[in-house]
Amino acid sequence: MNLTTALARFLIFPGLLFAVPAAWFFLWVERKAVALMQGRIGPPFMQPFYDFIKLLGKDTPPRSGVGGLLMKLWPLIAVSAAAGAVGLLPVLPSSGGFEGDLILLLALLELPSMCIIAAGFSSGSIFGEIGSAREAALSVSYNVVFLLAIVSIAASQHTFRLEALAKLPASPMLWLGVVAILVCLPAKLHINPFSLPNAEQEIYSGPMTEYAGPELAMWELSHGLEWVAATGLVATLAAPHLTLWWLAALVFVALSFAVVLLLSVIAAATARLAIDTTVRFYWQCTLIFAVLAISSALFMRFRS
Amino acid sequence: MNLWNRLMCYSRRRSPWLFHMNGGSCNGCDIELIASLTPRYDAEQLGVRLEGSPRHADILCITGPVTHNAVNAIKTVYGQVCGPKAVVAIGSCPATTNVFIDSRTLDGPLNRHIPVDVFVPGCPPRPDAIILGVAKAAEILAERAAKKIPIDPVVMPLVGPPCNGACACSTPNAPKSTEEQP
Repeated sequence: MNLTTALARFLIFPGLLFAVPAAWFFLWVERKAVALMQGRIGPPFMQPFYDFIKLLGKDTPPRSGVGGLLMKLWPLIAVSAAAGAVGLLPVLPSSGGFEGDLILLLALLELPSMCIIAAGFSSGSIFGEIGSAREAALSVSYNVVFLLAIVSIAASQHTFRLEALAKLPASPMLWLGVVAILVCLPAKLHINPFSLPNAEQEIYSGPMTEYAGPELAMWELSHGLEWVAATGLVATLAAPHLTLWWLAALVFVALSFAVVLLLSVIAAATARLAIDTTVRFYWQCTLIFAVLAISSALFMRFRS
Repeated sequence: MNLWNRLMCYSRRRSPWLFHMNGGSCNGCDIELIASLTPRYDAEQLGVRLEGSPRHADILCITGPVTHNAVNAIKTVYGQVCGPKAVVAIGSCPATTNVFIDSRTLDGPLNRHIPVDVFVPGCPPRPDAIILGVAKAAEILAERAAKKIPIDPVVMPLVGPPCNGACACSTPNAPKSTEEQP
């Protein structure tokens, strides 16, 4: 019984069967929101799906040796990590089985950006290397804030269990953490104003420059799954605790959609920042709030 | 044709990603290509996306009369685009070398070097003509990938600006320009 529920969570909801169409839907929402903000009509509803199928049918340049093998491997690791992160989200009320914890979820969320860094370096393209270096600098900057925010939520609850964190009652502590996570999401998803690693018109496509065909399709899919996982994390933290499973699922989807819409509008309204401005933004402006959050969480813990 | 092949053909037609390359152009056609992505023309409705890397692209858009300097670059980039692919020659220059004909700096026209699928004439062509050409190229690409038909260049019809009555083609009693020469 435990195995079946765990498998159902990974394969059906919120796992693959839900996450892959949701990934395409969120990618469409992102493009459509940008188009509407610019006064255009934008791509048709099925566009990310057509792009994915078309990329699957394209050739890839011949690659040999360990470098070629690694280049095939990175996108697959990124997709499976992002899918695993979505599968772990505590959307439905617990029914036993493998649950995982916050540390595993954070590791899986971080793995795709590690893969992007490695992919850029193993592609051997100069633009890929510049993109990877930027991604590494960006990752070091936003992750401090991101991790401190999540740790502060966890510390105020004395637990790393996802199930307990999803049940948190709304408190100023929780909202501070959610806002700090929201500030980090544009950098995590490489959208404006922090679209440095894959900066178009600047360094071609960054780490993805040398990728083609099915490998590129996997990168697109992993990007979409990252959207689902990252917005889903915010949605599960912000959602009120519900016992009805269909209501919980509905609230999860609605909240994720709202976060995607918010991020897309921010992306359309802003321009790309330079790398030094970005790093300064995270280390000087945002870090203060994260430190404030974690110190107040620890303070509350010692008082209680 | 089974279901998967039909889906693939349909997706290829609906998702042309472009790579834009300048083969010694005066920049007129390049501006018009970018204009076709702007809110007024919005080529993204057809799934068009301008890609930064030739590896990602399906359709190679080349402007300019192909100078000696550009020949090797064009051949390299054509090789970097992964198949199935199509080439759109934008403007009159890549088709005929236009007003630069017989120049010693040129090695054109374009189809001496790489196979071209669609010619979009005009100097420069209007953005709607470019979008029409790209849509045609996506159709050709999807058909050729499914059936292995040989390359047969298509010349798109000339799309002109709407007549405002000021040109020679207008009726004799059309209002003439009221501006006097100083």
